Amino acid sequence: MEVKNLKKYYPIKKGIISKTVGYVKAVDDVSFSIYPGETVGLVGESGCGKSTTGRSLVRLEDPTSGQVIFEGKDLASISKKEMRELRTDLQIIFQDPYSSLNPRKRIGDLLAEPLLAHKLASKAEAAEKVNHILETVGLSKHYKNRYPHEFSGGQRQRIGIARALMLHPKLIICDEPVSALDVSIQAQVLNLLKDLQKEFNLTYIFIAHGLGAVKYISDRITVMYLGKIMEMAKTKEIFEHPMHPYTEILLNAYPVPNPHMRDREQIVVEGDVPSPAHPPKGCVFHTRCPFAKDICREKVPELNGTDHLIACHFPLSQ
Amino acid sequence: MGELLKVDKIKTEFKTDKGMVTSVDEVSFDLKEGETICLVGESGCGKSVTSLSIMHLLDKNGSVTHGSILLNGKELVNMSEAEMRKVRGNEISMIFQEPMTSLNPVLTIGDQLTEGIRLHMGYSKKEARDYAVEMLKKVGIPRAEGIVDDYPHRLSGGMRQRVMIAMALSCKPKLLIADEPTTALDVTIQAQILKLMKGLRSESKTAIILITHDLGVVAEMADKVAVMYAGQVVEETDVFTLFDNPKHPYTLGLMKSIPHITNPDDMRLESIPGSVPSVYNMPKGCRFYDRCPFAMKRCLEEKPELRPIEDKKSHSIRCFLYEKEEREFEEKKQDEKEVLS
Repeated sequence: MEVKNLKKYYPIKKGIISKTVGYVKAVDDVSFSIYPGETVGLVGESGCGKSTTGRSLVRLEDPTSGQVIFEGKDLASISKKEMRELRTDLQIIFQDPYSSLNPRKRIGDLLAEPLLAHKLASKAEAAEKVNHILETVGLSKHYKNRYPHEFSGGQRQRIGIARALMLHPKLIICDEPVSALDVSIQAQVLNLLKDLQKEFNLTYIFIAHGLGAVKYISDRITVMYLGKIMEMAKTKEIFEHPMHPYTEILLNAYPVPNPHMRDREQIVVEGDVPSPAHPPKGCVFHTRCPFAKDICREKVPELNGTDHLIACHFPLSQ
Repeated sequence: MGELLKVDKIKTEFKTDKGMVTSVDEVSFDLKEGETICLVGESGCGKSVTSLSIMHLLDKNGSVTHGSILLNGKELVNMSEAEMRKVRGNEISMIFQEPMTSLNPVLTIGDQLTEGIRLHMGYSKKEARDYAVEMLKKVGIPRAEGIVDDYPHRLSGGMRQRVMIAMALSCKPKLLIADEPTTALDVTIQAQILKLMKGLRSESKTAIILITHDLGVVAEMADKVAVMYAGQVVEETDVFTLFDNPKHPYTLGLMKSIPHITNPDDMRLESIPGSVPSVYNMPKGCRFYDRCPFAMKRCLEEKPELRPIEDKKSHSIRCFLYEKEEREFEEKKQDEKEVLS
């Protein structure tokens, strides 16, 4: 999959005639590519556009402009009907396992639904497949007659994963799949996702704000801030040699589970993320960047590099 | 430093349609002036209910049925609501997880801040307002004079949490209960708030009960830690011992299951199988039994007690495994004695 100059603007409307007075630039000119079988992590703070990017890739949001090329087709411009056919290859797992399952449907019906909707199997075949998939994600097949409320958060997330797998997708967008879960359950779900990737040769886009989980699962990481990509590189590179000041600060802000390191030196950035309706001029991070110079306030830095891409006028030296 | 708070074997129960439910069972810990204890555990382990029990903020169907909570020698469990109002906000105050919902949206920041100040400190309106501005400056809010007259919706999550902290600390409480104060915030904001709390703590000598599920936050903030599981404290010790030498199988499992950025690349996460038992159906013996890799026959039948480990009074654990260790320790001591004699 290749994403080119993806933009998603939400208009801000005011007054009785709903005049558009401005735009919230949720995703602003994002380009990257994803190779088969790899996991790309999207990280950033809330409001950085990571979820909107994920949703735009499967047309849950219609992008304002840009291209999303998947197996030679541009998902951003094809018709709804064509998109519907392609949905079998593109699935999404949502953050909240409590609200993403219909409470009035049995698990078996929930899981069989995608197969029947795409007319890919008869009812009997679908039932067979449901049994199999439940076992694949580590649940008993006897659960298929139960309702979602009978399950814990971790189990529901497994059901969400099972539902995404029903159609044998090629690419799964995982939108904060473990953020709502307890730590001991998080580890179970992360391991499951890793195992399934190997088994079915899946490609993941893993969206999260917890860097630990992202590091654990991703091959490459994209760091976003205010709708723009700040840095993109192999996981190891990002953690060992972060080059963008924002990445460095983000890594540094995570509390380390080691009390002997509590007195380490820490750069704490001041202030909040600016509103995406009025992003700062020039580099979007300049208002909080400790190294900001005049040029950062004027000129938007380009995303440069071959393997290790970075958008900064003054990248940190190795 | 004197003992400030002593929580002794409290049991908190809720009346529900399905009968009495015990949500906190035999929780004990104590806290000295200026000390920080972290209550850690997963959702539903009773850490929040413990703090609400101390504050008398439980829902109507809940009550502390056993045990005692002593604050400076004063019993809080049977205290009347009128007496409790003098303690709450004055001697103990609390910060909640959701800075978005814990401020009243129709009152200005100033109104909400000065309410407690006027009530507990007897300041006039003008004095209270000046003091409120001073508190806002202290917690790092820019343009404090303007913000006092603003409504909460104008502030970001991090700023609201700062307002909550200003409010909580304005009456110089001896004890601050912070219930997941940074969970709803972004990491860079979390780092700001933790730094602020550390600074205020060293300045004011306030004791803190910090409730969190994030072991990273524990390592940053705690003096001592109580690990809770299914309504009970399963391990209690100082923060260094907990991270260097955790003993309880649940603590061990928890430590191994956090994906952290300092983990080596190819390390596979170990997960704790299964999930937390339901409050309606607590196991008879050890509550961690069906998820524990070291479970013995005895654990199914008998309830382990929270006991200090032999030579370290400050390290307590609720597990039979350690008793074996203790036995071995004693056997070894005995052997040594025999050799000596």
